[in-house]
Amino acid sequence: MSVKKLGLKQRYAHMTRGLDWETTYQPMDKVFPYDSFEGIKIKDWSAWEDPFRLTMDSYWKFQAEKERKLYAVIDAFAQNNGQTGITDGRYANVLKLFLTGISPEEYQAHRGFAFAGRHLRGVGPRVAAQMQSLDELRHIQTQIHTISHYNKYFDGIGEFPHMHDRVWYLSVPKSFFDDARSAGPFEFMIAIGFAFEYVLTNLLFVPFMSGAAYNGDMSTVTFGFSAQSDESRHMTLGIEVIKFLLEQHPDNLPIVQKWVDKWFWRGHRVLGLVAMMMDYMLPKPVMSWKEAWQIYYTEAGGALFQDLARYGLRPPKYADIATAEAEHISHQNWAIFYQYTHAAAFHTWAPDAKHMDWLSEKYPNTFDKYYRPRWEMWNQMAKEGKRFYNMALPQLCQCCQIPMGYTEPGDPTTICFRSSQYKGETYHFCSDGCKDIFDAEPEKFVQSWLPVHQIFQGNCGGATIPDVLNYYRLANGADNMDYVGSPDEKLWNEWQADKLKTAV
Amino acid sequence: MSQLASLTFYHNDDARPVIDAILADNPGVQVLNMPGAVKLDREGEIVIKRASVEERLGRPWDPQEIHLILISMAGNLDEDDDRFSVSWKH
Repeated sequence: MSVKKLGLKQRYAHMTRGLDWETTYQPMDKVFPYDSFEGIKIKDWSAWEDPFRLTMDSYWKFQAEKERKLYAVIDAFAQNNGQTGITDGRYANVLKLFLTGISPEEYQAHRGFAFAGRHLRGVGPRVAAQMQSLDELRHIQTQIHTISHYNKYFDGIGEFPHMHDRVWYLSVPKSFFDDARSAGPFEFMIAIGFAFEYVLTNLLFVPFMSGAAYNGDMSTVTFGFSAQSDESRHMTLGIEVIKFLLEQHPDNLPIVQKWVDKWFWRGHRVLGLVAMMMDYMLPKPVMSWKEAWQIYYTEAGGALFQDLARYGLRPPKYADIATAEAEHISHQNWAIFYQYTHAAAFHTWAPDAKHMDWLSEKYPNTFDKYYRPRWEMWNQMAKEGKRFYNMALPQLCQCCQIPMGYTEPGDPTTICFRSSQYKGETYHFCSDGCKDIFDAEPEKFVQSWLPVHQIFQGNCGGATIPDVLNYYRLANGADNMDYVGSPDEKLWNEWQADKLKTAV
Repeated sequence: MSQLASLTFYHNDDARPVIDAILADNPGVQVLNMPGAVKLDREGEIVIKRASVEERLGRPWDPQEIHLILISMAGNLDEDDDRFSVSWKH
């Protein structure tokens, strides 16, 4: 007699339910001390469904297969000197920003999901959070392994964990995850699981990694898409968690809405770094930030929030402002890095005539009018030997920690300033979105570790730029400044000259 | 307002039979080719049928193998032994 095989749904039910127990010698509230203070009400944890119905045994099987495929590519890339086949030496700067600014957040996500997996009372979300925690650890490991090959040749990579905790622009993604990880487990799940993974992460991993493919970086596109194949599972977890919370109790709606508003805006600010990577840093651009925003926020987010409207949830506050900013944000961010290139651990450059034509085509409403004249002026100044550096330390937004370089909604010629008073002190913000977040949790955000304030307080190695660069472990004259004239450029040009010699 | 269900795959040999099965079984699906990736969009719903994939692949196919080729998605997901779908329908 043949034994009938269980269907996927039954297998999932058997292998994810009944794994937990009611504690006897300690009250459940002491075992799970963090899942009530946020005000979220859960009536029935067993209503949680993982639509992928992935069990741990299948998880290990598929993840092992993904790793085998990925490491075959990484090995092939290294053995065949793939670094010489990228489009241009400038491209490596994208990887420096990725490894210093994004990979450490994979690790933060790993820690955060481990915490959520420990502290959520229901077994369904605990299994899902555990898998995601392992995924995130895999992501930082594969990213370090991939980019370590570039570290053999290019500057600015080797001190990435040290830099992540200190360098001014890296405090932007760091503070984003510090904020999420110091919240309760439900806010963490909405912040990272829903707002970041579901609504925003596509903008990072899909068009940007496609850009890596287009620029000859076989190893990065492979880790990127391998990570993103986990992300589709993370996205279903994100959408599941929000539906679950909204279905459990009507009192959850205003709490969840507040978190969606907050984390959408915070995510939008962090992703401004990706906007400039896509628009300015890829030698062969593949898709503009504005186009990516249209596909992944306006279309995909539109469909999502239309679906969630049945629970009374509305699209994030200031989504319209974020959409309007998609016309500006990459231009404003890259201009900040161009001005502060002496303090950045990657190289900058002004776009050349051909690249500016691409930007004009992609940004017909804004580039020629507001941004091209500035680049042309800076190019002219550089040609005259007066390359522009901004030597003043910028004021930072207390919430997103980005220099206050953004402009007023509807007026791209006026810098946007907002401020709030709290216990006799004035705090400054780049936008209404960031001000609202502070006003809702001032006790948290007055503690922000703002890099510029820390320099002025004498906590960053000294008062001069070389002192601070030393504190960052940023090699002055190698890691920083323009690409043109850098050791990276010299090496790249030698590789190109070798290729020509070999051809003859 | 439009509600696109969406699946993005690696552009490789493992994904091709799945992409072909989707194109055959989902009238009106739109294809966006990107370097290294393919994004498929369709109003409301996209369905992958195991039988259609197996017909093209020439071997048994477990819908969970989608984990090896899927890069991104939009829609509410449903999966069992015979089909995999993303949908905004309720």
